[in-house]
Amino acid sequence: MKDVWGNSLFFGAVVSLLAYEVGLLLKRRFRWAILNPLLIAVICVIGVNAAMKVDYQTYNEGGQYLSYLLTPATVCLAVPLYEQLELLKKHLVAVVCGIVAGVLSSMVGVLLCAIVFGLQHELYVTLLPKSITTAIGMGVSEELDGIVTITVATIIVTGILGSVIADGVFALFHIEEPVARGLALGNASHAIGTSKAMELGQVEGAMSGLAVAVAGLLTVLTASVFAQFL
Amino acid sequence: MNLLKQFSRILLVSLLGEILKAVLPLPIPASVYGLVLMLVFLRTGLLKVGQVRQAALFLIEIMPVMFIPAAVGLTEAWSSLAPVLLPVAVTTLFTTVLVMAVTGTATQFVIRRTKGDAK
Repeated sequence: MKDVWGNSLFFGAVVSLLAYEVGLLLKRRFRWAILNPLLIAVICVIGVNAAMKVDYQTYNEGGQYLSYLLTPATVCLAVPLYEQLELLKKHLVAVVCGIVAGVLSSMVGVLLCAIVFGLQHELYVTLLPKSITTAIGMGVSEELDGIVTITVATIIVTGILGSVIADGVFALFHIEEPVARGLALGNASHAIGTSKAMELGQVEGAMSGLAVAVAGLLTVLTASVFAQFL
Repeated sequence: MNLLKQFSRILLVSLLGEILKAVLPLPIPASVYGLVLMLVFLRTGLLKVGQVRQAALFLIEIMPVMFIPAAVGLTEAWSSLAPVLLPVAVTTLFTTVLVMAVTGTATQFVIRRTKGDAK
């Protein structure tokens, strides 16, 4: 039986899609923030893989075709952004201030934690790009001689975590403006946060997509400066 | 056919993004070049929004699914992550809340101040 899974091109994709359906179902039924469909899907897939003794390489034979769509999907973030361009122009100063403040706070936050925990330079630069989209973050980590595997892990955890806690953070800090919510999600949790922002609304989604691109590019510049500080 | 055409336009822009990445010596991924290109094409009218909209919104809607394989791959990173788990976990939690709160608060502050000025 195991040979069937081991050689299957579709196993990984099917398990992932079914797991995501389970996630959507639970989310709809209970509506708790912790029931993020992506989080549930990931836990289900890991469970299924373990139960069926399928290793990651085998799973990813099918899974990679889902990852393949990530670049085109990111390109598509230009569409909602295009449709909200007037709103962007109207709030341009606020948008720029928000993204710059967010990127700086990310760098300063990692620096503070690194000092508190007495982290080595290598681990410090590994964590610097943790809030930006995977493709850029990997490049930054490599450039600064960080540990790319850990960077990718923290980027993904940051994305899921941000989507789960967003409603709570918005309530706690009284963040109500759709533009502000969108930028906050995109800045803190990149493309995974953008999926959550799309659920909140068109404006939130568009602004989140914008933040992913701009914060990513800004981080390329600022991370190399902050890398000197520890 | 219509959806297929839309999908092919989107892949074409992704391909152009890949070409830019190969040509330009900057640490910018193909997807970000593609996003900027798509925005330029829509603005200049080279692409009408109707020519990509339906497929684009579908791809955006199913985006979380595309992260599942990478996130499942975290199990592979466990051996390098385990020794530094505590500092990495605390840093991740702290900065995620920080960035979200700072970005949202700063943006909202400027929006509301400008609104106030306009009155």
